[in-house]
Amino acid sequence: MALSDGASTGSGGAVAWKSDVMAARGKARYAAGRRLQIYGMIAIAFALGFLAVLVGTLVYTGSNAFRQSMVTIEIDFSSAELDRENLMDSNWRNVFRDAVRDDIGELSRSDERDYFSMFTSSAPFLIRDRIMAEPSLLDGRATFMVPLSDPFDQLAKGLVNTDLPESQRRVSDRQIAFYQALERNGAISRPINWGLFFNSDSRFPELAGLAGAISGSFWLLLVCFLISFPAGIAAAIYLEEFAPKNRVTDLIEININNLAAVPSVVFGLLGLAVFLGWFGLPRSAPLVGGMVLALMTLPTIIIVTRAALTSVPSAIREAALGIGASKHEAIFHHILPLSMPSIMTGTIIGLAQALGETAPLLLIGMNAFITSPPAGVFEASTALPTQIYIWADSPERGFVARTSAAILVLLGFLIVMNGIAIFLRQRFERRW
Amino acid sequence: MNMLTEAAVEKKLMTPDAATTYKMRGEKVTVHYGEKQALFDVDLNIPEKQVMALIGPSGCGKSTFLRCLNRMNDTIDIARVGGKITLDGEDIYDPKIDVVELRARVGMVFQKPNPFPKSIYENIAYGPRIHGLTKNKAELDAVVESSLRKAAIWNEVKDRLQEPGTGLSGGQQQRLCIARAIAVSPEVILMDEPCSALDPIATAKVEELIDELRQNYTIVIVTHSMQQAARVSQRTAMFHIGYLVEEGPTDKMFTNPDDKRTQDYITGRFG
Repeated sequence: MALSDGASTGSGGAVAWKSDVMAARGKARYAAGRRLQIYGMIAIAFALGFLAVLVGTLVYTGSNAFRQSMVTIEIDFSSAELDRENLMDSNWRNVFRDAVRDDIGELSRSDERDYFSMFTSSAPFLIRDRIMAEPSLLDGRATFMVPLSDPFDQLAKGLVNTDLPESQRRVSDRQIAFYQALERNGAISRPINWGLFFNSDSRFPELAGLAGAISGSFWLLLVCFLISFPAGIAAAIYLEEFAPKNRVTDLIEININNLAAVPSVVFGLLGLAVFLGWFGLPRSAPLVGGMVLALMTLPTIIIVTRAALTSVPSAIREAALGIGASKHEAIFHHILPLSMPSIMTGTIIGLAQALGETAPLLLIGMNAFITSPPAGVFEASTALPTQIYIWADSPERGFVARTSAAILVLLGFLIVMNGIAIFLRQRFERRW
Repeated sequence: MNMLTEAAVEKKLMTPDAATTYKMRGEKVTVHYGEKQALFDVDLNIPEKQVMALIGPSGCGKSTFLRCLNRMNDTIDIARVGGKITLDGEDIYDPKIDVVELRARVGMVFQKPNPFPKSIYENIAYGPRIHGLTKNKAELDAVVESSLRKAAIWNEVKDRLQEPGTGLSGGQQQRLCIARAIAVSPEVILMDEPCSALDPIATAKVEELIDELRQNYTIVIVTHSMQQAARVSQRTAMFHIGYLVEEGPTDKMFTNPDDKRTQDYITGRFG
């Protein structure tokens, strides 16, 4: 009978709200509320902490890749040995080597090899391509920016431990001396690495960029959207508005919900077996990738569309039917337009998911090494997530930073897409 | 025996008897929602160019009956309608009947004002446009104006036809919905508790409007307000738990009903 000493008097009597027992009880109740709040705050701090660590490490390692060490070289074309009738097949390697040799003075045969390896091995082609685009440069002296090769890019960024014995590093003492000589001459600079966005993949980190992956992802999402958006909306409208409610439609509904939970790698296998195997579509092509991603996005779009359709109040439907609109007019003139903002929001979030999807693309070969951006949906290409996968797998030091940078670029796209979705929701979605 | 007052005489003359023409006839109308039967063998005729009020306690089937008259019950999957309902002698549940045409001829105004979230103009123009009632913009403009005038809302909205219909007050929205129904030139207008979401002033305006519309349209109104039924209708039908209790001239129903249940309901003893 603990209660009898103050708090409650059992049935009938007045409650002693001011008693000590009641006060203690009230205190305990408020304390429980506060504890719950604190748990919530801890959970949020935990989640934000992990996010900060993730983004922090990515920015820390990736930031290096946004700048590229370059050497400025000057070429005097009046004295260069060039076959001016056939510029394309001239010996650009010699032109380049003659030009950089002038910057450093006399070199022995073995020093020459060490010295030339400081520059990206594609330097002659970079010069050639610039001249082909701008032949007027041939009339005198012209300056070029040539990327340093990866080990020296690392050296320039201070990532090479020069205290290690020479045999354990990729740059020799002699090469460090060359580098310092170039630096003294003011030939070394570190401009923003636009190549990261405008170059395609390359074996050489200093030349590798995301252009191929970005355009591959663009084609993927385009195909994915063009298939899943109309198909998803059509399926949702049929299921929501026209399908009879019976066992078959129940089964379809369960399966659509299950489809949304199928691991993505399974869709990849399906794409491999059906699209590549049976239909004989091209490997590594954004078309196939987009079709596979469309299969994955379809359930998401169907589910959000159905939710959006049901959220339109039945009063609107009745209003339309009541003045003699047919069922399809009520749907297409009123219900669908009103649910479009929610559908678009859900679709963009679905596409953002598809953008980050890796496993199915690996299975259909979109992790191939491809050095030019795809010109269409039938050409072999990579995508952002598979490019990250390829780079993460590459042994060159330069790819470490580039992997992080590519992840940041992918995250950037995701943030933009989700931002658009949130904007659409805030701006256009109706609350009924 | 008693001398009839002048007003009563007038009302008497208006009440339909043998001479009345009926716009719609219901014979043994039954409605099932799934297993549950909501209407039992209702025989009720709707006289032309009069206002018929359907009254009765909640769940009595009056709205269900109303929704049979333009086949709105079709939109509910589990609803089944039996018996026979005719419009100008034509069975509206005949499979050959075009429900789109039926709903244009038998318009409906709902309990809660439900304008489309579009401009006032678009709200009215939508019906004529989908039915192809006008040939050009000028004709459509004319229909919009005349509908809004008939619904006694033209003066309030004529300067803001392009503003959203949802921005109007509740009473204005309801009159807009009536105008929207009128715009497709219906023969019958069904009103499902059109004033239940409105304040007394807006209600008075809508009631006044209903009285005017009677000249051109046959009106069936479901209402919970006895006073409203008495004010606007010429005939009243009383429903109770799915049965039609009785039907007759409104003044008779309110002064001297045949059935005890009508008496009890009208005097507020239940419902």
